[in-house]
Amino acid sequence: MTTVSMTVNGKQISGEVEDRTLLSTFLRENQGLTGTHVGCDTSQCGACLVHMDGKAVKSCSMLAVQATGSAVTTIEGVSQNGQLHIMQKAFKENHGLQCGFCTPGMIMSAIDMIDRLGTDLDEKTIRHELEGNICRCTGYHNIVKAIKAAADEMAEVLEAAE
Amino acid sequence: MTAEGIGARVLRKEDKRFITGNGRYTDDMTMQRMGHAAFVRSTHAHARIKSINTDDAMKMPGVDAVLNGHQLVADGIGNIICGWMIHSKDGSPMNMGAYRALESETVRYVGQAIAVVVADTQQQARDAAEAVVVEYEDLPAVVDSLDALKDGAPQLHPEAAGNLIYDWEIGEEAPTDEAFANAAHVTRMDIDNNRLVPNPMEPRSALAHFDPSEEHYTLYTTSQNPHVARLVLSAFYNVAPENKLRVIAPDVGGGFGSKIFIYPEEIACLWATKRVGRPVKWTSDRTEAFLTDAHGRDHHSTAELALDANNKITGFRVKTVANLGAYMSLFSSSVPTYLYATLLSGQYNIPNIYANVKAVYTNTTPVDAYRGAGRPEATYVVERMMETAAKEVGMAPAEFRRINFVREFPHQTPVIMAYDAGDYEASLDAAMKAIDYDGFAQRRTQSEAAGKLRGIGMSCYIEACGIAPSQAVGSLGAGVGLWESAEVRVNAVGTIEVLTGSHSHGQGHETTFAQLVSDRLGLPTESISIVHGDTDKVQMGMGTYGSRSGAVGMSAIAKALDKVEAKAKKIAAHLMEASEGDIEIENGELKVTGTDKKLTFTEVSLAAYTAHNLPEGMEPGLKEGAFYDPTNFTFPAGCYICEVEVDPDTGVVSIENFVAADDFGTIINPMIVEGQVHGGLVQGIGQAMLEHTQYDEDGQLLTASYMDYTMPRADDVPSFTLETTVTECPGNPLGMKGCGEAGAIGSPPAVINAVTDALGIRDMNMPASPNRVWQLIQDNGMKEAAE
Repeated sequence: MTTVSMTVNGKQISGEVEDRTLLSTFLRENQGLTGTHVGCDTSQCGACLVHMDGKAVKSCSMLAVQATGSAVTTIEGVSQNGQLHIMQKAFKENHGLQCGFCTPGMIMSAIDMIDRLGTDLDEKTIRHELEGNICRCTGYHNIVKAIKAAADEMAEVLEAAE
Repeated sequence: MTAEGIGARVLRKEDKRFITGNGRYTDDMTMQRMGHAAFVRSTHAHARIKSINTDDAMKMPGVDAVLNGHQLVADGIGNIICGWMIHSKDGSPMNMGAYRALESETVRYVGQAIAVVVADTQQQARDAAEAVVVEYEDLPAVVDSLDALKDGAPQLHPEAAGNLIYDWEIGEEAPTDEAFANAAHVTRMDIDNNRLVPNPMEPRSALAHFDPSEEHYTLYTTSQNPHVARLVLSAFYNVAPENKLRVIAPDVGGGFGSKIFIYPEEIACLWATKRVGRPVKWTSDRTEAFLTDAHGRDHHSTAELALDANNKITGFRVKTVANLGAYMSLFSSSVPTYLYATLLSGQYNIPNIYANVKAVYTNTTPVDAYRGAGRPEATYVVERMMETAAKEVGMAPAEFRRINFVREFPHQTPVIMAYDAGDYEASLDAAMKAIDYDGFAQRRTQSEAAGKLRGIGMSCYIEACGIAPSQAVGSLGAGVGLWESAEVRVNAVGTIEVLTGSHSHGQGHETTFAQLVSDRLGLPTESISIVHGDTDKVQMGMGTYGSRSGAVGMSAIAKALDKVEAKAKKIAAHLMEASEGDIEIENGELKVTGTDKKLTFTEVSLAAYTAHNLPEGMEPGLKEGAFYDPTNFTFPAGCYICEVEVDPDTGVVSIENFVAADDFGTIINPMIVEGQVHGGLVQGIGQAMLEHTQYDEDGQLLTASYMDYTMPRADDVPSFTLETTVTECPGNPLGMKGCGEAGAIGSPPAVINAVTDALGIRDMNMPASPNRVWQLIQDNGMKEAAE
């Protein structure tokens, strides 16, 4: 057993885990953060995607101990002060989710996409960047639309701030 | 009608919990002292089990128990059933082999459950399952259904000689043969429908708890129909009587059919929780899902279409061999029979149809309903034949369809179905206009100039939904009635809970069902809550599959609303000293027609519960239930057109444009309906272009992870153009037909018709993967032609 300590959604936490415990298991079972989902075992589906030190990682594909000392953000930490993130709002407004299982990973992936590439995203880029997230319900049509809408809104917010 | 009523694009009420990570799926549940289950699974496709040694496993840390099939049978747990009896054409009942939740004698597919380990953690349980030593005596295996029917093929079940489950027929053979004898042209094709794995993103999961003081079980499970699960677990598997078993299907992450069935793992968890004296949870990993979730499709067909000299269809003859895998899953028998061959008339006036279906056992995962269930297979056969026949007789595919469309309703087909309404030409016209069909020739020329091959293909589908009239399906062999139930509970302050037997696992019922109530009573949807998925809350229901929740589930709600409205009107009339017939409900108020007298809905519901001043003899309260049993199937139909470009150097097919024109009858929420179509289209396109389930000859599943089975990704598919035409369903109280499966039903033949058009060939199998397309290009010398 090993003690792991990290910041999760702004809170300093620590827990005792078996060395082989995956970050996804640690978040779900030790921390009760069940918004991070596990949809495959091969790092393909992206339902487990979280941000670690500002980068998108698949939490089913790394050990909890590897996250020691880092700052992790999960879907539960995306809303601020009860306000939905622009990306969360865009998924709702564009019907970008159905069963909701892939949704946390999709939203985390989409936020990361804009962090990396900026808000000037075309459909082709969005579709290409979603390669690591699988959805079986929506056919991606409205997910792509939601991400585009969020990117446009974030661009407006940035412009207004300048 | 309100701003949130029928036809409004209301944003989903359920979304907030999903976008914030607060959804509650089965694997999110935890209980005090909960143990974790892992299954010991067969590594052989066909073998006798010589011994199961659990000594090492039992000594491993955290292990509570290793339980096997001998103990399961000794405890009286019943065999897994198939709920739809099919009789062969000679009148004999289907030949069903015994199917146990844990097998201890002969395993018949890779992944079959043999034993279950319960341990403190999931990792410990999985480690111990690895340590169970099963000694096998290998038997020869067969994976293809045509091979399974051959003389000398390995035999799976003593009950099914020659691996034949049934040899079934529909339609009239002699007059159909006669039509072929007199035909001016006959089109004949061999058509395969490839095996698929449903792959809802949430893997199956079960959490079972036994309370010994009450002798009561609770099961949280990933189910599309928790009430049917309870019924079957009680009545056939003898887990517990219904009043001692509560089944809860909380948030469920997609189903697509695969979560209809009651699987060995749920039975084993319920059985194990009592034996080990602690709650037991099992969650499938993805490879387990590939190995054990019921697969879909897997047909080999030969089809023949007879035309007269005017190119009118005079006869259709289909022979199909359906692979049902190693065991018969819950509704497996109905899929390649009544859900398939009854749709072989398509949208066309075909006077003579005869179909013969042989269902066979093979050493593969059981096959059952997957989005569309039989109807995609029928549509694929019909629409591949229509496209090919049109080309053979030199007609434009659209014109050939037009001259054969059913145009008068009701229309009785030779294969049971009586189409009640439709306008097939309207959806064909809408789709052709939206895709600019006339401009295709020019686009093809442009593609050719760029060294690409361009093709266009269409598919005019019809399906049968709203399943189904109980008496009708009962006469065809169904073991259940297919009505739906609803209860509308008006609270004293006028807010409402609607209890429904339908189950939402992505379909948005919490929104659309509330829209119906809002429409009727003029109340905001936020004051209306939908309750589903819990056998302790909702008395009985048949669940969600076959695009039935709108047409059947909402019709039950509409019936209950009729009763609520009738009672509310009586109370209002009494309070306002008016005649009951003069009360109308509008915008949340009960008004006396032609006067300014009115009461709010809240005032009337409060009066119902205070009961201080009710009409003579009226019971207090405002709560009504109803069961709705449909009078006919509903018949959604439409036209899909796909335009592709093929790169002859790589064999990569890209969908340049895809138009779907659908007639779903009345639409409650266009936003949600469009979402259903998008998702269905991508599942159908996935089948046609990417997905394929591959076994090796020994019965090992080669495509058992997302590394090997190509799930459609965002960059594999385009955005879609959707068109809507409407003919209301005359037999449905709301005029609804259903929309959940259409996309997956109509799209595969449109894609393959487009790809074969681009390649200038007649025959090809799905999926149109780059490998296969490239090979076809080489074989047909098209590479040179394109250059």
